[in-house]
Amino acid sequence: MAITKVRKNYHQARWDEPMIFELSTPGVRGIIPPAPEAEIVAAVGDVAGGLPEGIRRSAAPALPEVDQKHVLAHYLHLAQETLGSNLHADMSQGTCTMKYNPRVNEDLAADPRFAHVHPWQDDDTMQGILQIYYEFEQIMKAVSGMDRFTLQPGGGAHAVFTAASMIRAYHRDRGEAEQRNEVITTMFSHPCDAASPATAGFKIVTLMPKEDGYPDLDALKAVVGPHTAAIHITNPEDTGIYNPLIEEFVKVVRDAGGVCFNDQANGNVLLGIARTRDAGFDFCHYNLHKTFAVPHGGSGPGTGAMGCREEFAKYLPYPTVEQDEGSGRYYLDFDRPESVGKIKGFLGSAGVVLRSYAWAVMMGPKGLRETAEMSALNNNYFMELVKRIPGITAPYAEGHRRLEECRWSWQELTEETGVGTDDILRRVGDFGLQHYWSSHHPWVVPEPMTIEPCETFSKEDIEEYAAVLAQIAEEAHTDPEMVKLAPHKCAVRKRAAEEELDDPTKWATTWRAYKRKQGMA
Amino acid sequence: MAEADVYPYIPNSVPEVKAQMLRAIGISSVEDIFAEIPDHLRFKGELDVPGPISSEYALRRHVEEILAKNKDCKEFIGFLGGGVYNHFVPSVVTTIMERDEFLTSYVGEAYADHGKWQAQFEYASCLAELLEMDAVNTPTYDWGMAAATAIRMAARISGRSAALVSASVSPDRLSCMKNYGFSALPTFGTVEMDPETGLVDLDDLRAKMTDEIAVFYYENPSFLGAIEHQGSQIAEIVHGRGGVVAAGIDPITLGVLEAPARYGVDIACGDIQSLGIPMSAGGGQGGYVATQDEPKFFHEFPALMFGVTPTIVEGEYGFGEVFFERTSYASREQAKDFLGTMAQLHGIGAGVYLALMGPQGMREVGEGIMQRSAYLARQLDALDGVKAPVLSAPFFKEFVVNFDGTGKTVAEVNKALLERKIFGGKDLSTWFPGLGQSALYCVTEVHTKGDLDALVGALKEML
Repeated sequence: MAITKVRKNYHQARWDEPMIFELSTPGVRGIIPPAPEAEIVAAVGDVAGGLPEGIRRSAAPALPEVDQKHVLAHYLHLAQETLGSNLHADMSQGTCTMKYNPRVNEDLAADPRFAHVHPWQDDDTMQGILQIYYEFEQIMKAVSGMDRFTLQPGGGAHAVFTAASMIRAYHRDRGEAEQRNEVITTMFSHPCDAASPATAGFKIVTLMPKEDGYPDLDALKAVVGPHTAAIHITNPEDTGIYNPLIEEFVKVVRDAGGVCFNDQANGNVLLGIARTRDAGFDFCHYNLHKTFAVPHGGSGPGTGAMGCREEFAKYLPYPTVEQDEGSGRYYLDFDRPESVGKIKGFLGSAGVVLRSYAWAVMMGPKGLRETAEMSALNNNYFMELVKRIPGITAPYAEGHRRLEECRWSWQELTEETGVGTDDILRRVGDFGLQHYWSSHHPWVVPEPMTIEPCETFSKEDIEEYAAVLAQIAEEAHTDPEMVKLAPHKCAVRKRAAEEELDDPTKWATTWRAYKRKQGMA
Repeated sequence: MAEADVYPYIPNSVPEVKAQMLRAIGISSVEDIFAEIPDHLRFKGELDVPGPISSEYALRRHVEEILAKNKDCKEFIGFLGGGVYNHFVPSVVTTIMERDEFLTSYVGEAYADHGKWQAQFEYASCLAELLEMDAVNTPTYDWGMAAATAIRMAARISGRSAALVSASVSPDRLSCMKNYGFSALPTFGTVEMDPETGLVDLDDLRAKMTDEIAVFYYENPSFLGAIEHQGSQIAEIVHGRGGVVAAGIDPITLGVLEAPARYGVDIACGDIQSLGIPMSAGGGQGGYVATQDEPKFFHEFPALMFGVTPTIVEGEYGFGEVFFERTSYASREQAKDFLGTMAQLHGIGAGVYLALMGPQGMREVGEGIMQRSAYLARQLDALDGVKAPVLSAPFFKEFVVNFDGTGKTVAEVNKALLERKIFGGKDLSTWFPGLGQSALYCVTEVHTKGDLDALVGALKEML
């Protein structure tokens, strides 16, 4: 059997890397762009030189001037100072489903027959990518039970926004746009379930959980009514708790004339286990960069695959991908007069869809179910180990099992030692693990920690992670100052001036702003 | 009994490992966990999805056979642009974007993910130098979203709720802006373009720019290719009525075109795909939004903004979230719009691209593109019945070509070009019917004289 190793002697690369601008020497070059042929130059002359006054560049941009090897080395150093999830047991980023991102899918996305396709090519020259869109939509329909999907939204929050736009159109067509101006969500649903509908113009009503952590049906009944446009709700919520009354929630909102959206960002654990449509939802979305094994890219590009029932399909963003039954030819359908229009350019993040398709067909129906089962089993194994650590608790849902993740609380340890979750999460980085995700704001669970040991982590990864947490809990008693000063072995040390990040006279989000504010310019 | 399925991506799928874990948890089956889900909501049976294609080699063959049905701009000569551009992708950019460290990172803190934060900071810093603006967001989805964000920011800054948009904006982008802008800017008006030059009609702008208008949005070059040199006059008119100037600008033009900060643009936005990101059927997009670092602008950014900050080690650069309270991660519906997974990897790639190119590379690539596009326009204009460029303003890489005099539609021309392995320009006859049978052609540094002459030769043959 493989061993379980706590990496006590780990140290991340620390290159003490200068800014790329500090590597610059005037006249040095990193790459030479292709020059036009002499015949072209002879024929047309200096075209840019003929530009009208006021639009011709007056001063060269102060970009870095660095040779190619040093540009490469600089970014390789920065890469080594970044802990991507493929490098380690990144169950740290709970709610994010940091599963293995297969290398073969990167090779497929780099295939010139995909990478060099322009989305406005004639449909006949894009039959490959259109087929992948079409077939992946069928996969999403099977997984969710929904009737149609759009693969255009660029992420989960964007899918939630897209649904809110469609819900707005739906109520408008029923003459109720003015009246139905409220979207209900829960505090343990992702912040975008509040922020995205708010951006679409809705007022937000947020339900707090009951004392046992479950969503509060009575609270819902108290706020639902003629103003209700929709509910946007996650299940399981970010606590890992599955809401067994979910059908009741849907029914209460539907009876009041509202629409029901299921944020399936935490849907990895439900693949082949439960379909959102069967709980009565009208809309849902899956994050392909989470559940479908697409790399997160440092936060995108991603895709929020958004599904709906047939009744709402006419509002989907254009174009949809269709197949001609007779010829089997795939085509883009722009002729959708009731569409909400465009929410993203072109076809969306096509590379994300391609990778997702490849992952799904590799897994097949049994593999998708195995994915869900192992994510639940891994989490419960992790919980079994972690609940023995003094000072940590898993608040709520006493006597029930969590599905794919858990929002833990270090409150007891903090009260005993003064070491809080922000200290512990920094310290985790000293063992070759990503700093874990505490919680979105506001913290409802005190001193929170959200861990999602999805299916691609091994038993040994889980044991390693739990052992690291146990060690840090012990350190909080024996050497609390050391933990508070963490990290010690990451690419850089602890920030020294948090307040400056909120001070407009000090903050600097670009090098030119930094130089100016430091008096270097 | 059949052997259990063991999955290369699921280490604990080995039966013995699974059994050990179940024993440790004290349950007999994973079904004991799923008992949390009411039985009637459980999905019974097997999902109707294809696969498994368990072998990586077989999967590769399967997907490659599907991709082989595509034609691409390597095999064909492509003249499509309109927001997705066939520019050169340097190998160093590809190498860095493919690194698992960056590729598979997400929202880790600026300690274990320090390098990602620095790479993003440097990307924003390089773009800031092109624009001469001090604040650039972490990338949003694409140009449409960036333009929508820019006008929503302008609505909040000005306290007004109507937008004016140049008539030459791409209809798809406008649709995106309207859909996203709706709640803040329910009223959209259009400022006409001069039909001769393709530039903003200043008289029309003057007439429509009232005290109710939050923002005037235009593009430079415009969607139809015209380089707008009236920026200062536009700014004077808009600022004179207390409005905000927002402009969509393709950053690859900025080695030869003036920094927008110098002609009165308050909020610049656009797409970074031009900067070394492959087209990928439209999947290579990334939106930037930039302003000066003044509180009234900065406060309105919805995106994460990464700032450089000291650590406890003297001289060490650390990074952190600047003014995080703005964002929906901190403030839910009270935030400035919403935030989510967007396009950060493309920001890193664009940063590497700009670091490689430097000021000289950006100037040369811009000059060379303008020479190639001018050459092609001249050659096309010499063909019987073809007019190029249709608009008289200077152009960068895109220009309108009209085929009215040939008696053929753009659709017919493009069909014939396709047979000769050429993707003709974007057919504008639906979007801009006033231009007749016209197409938007795009020329970049990837085109050789041979490519351009091949197009001209093919047209000569068919027309």
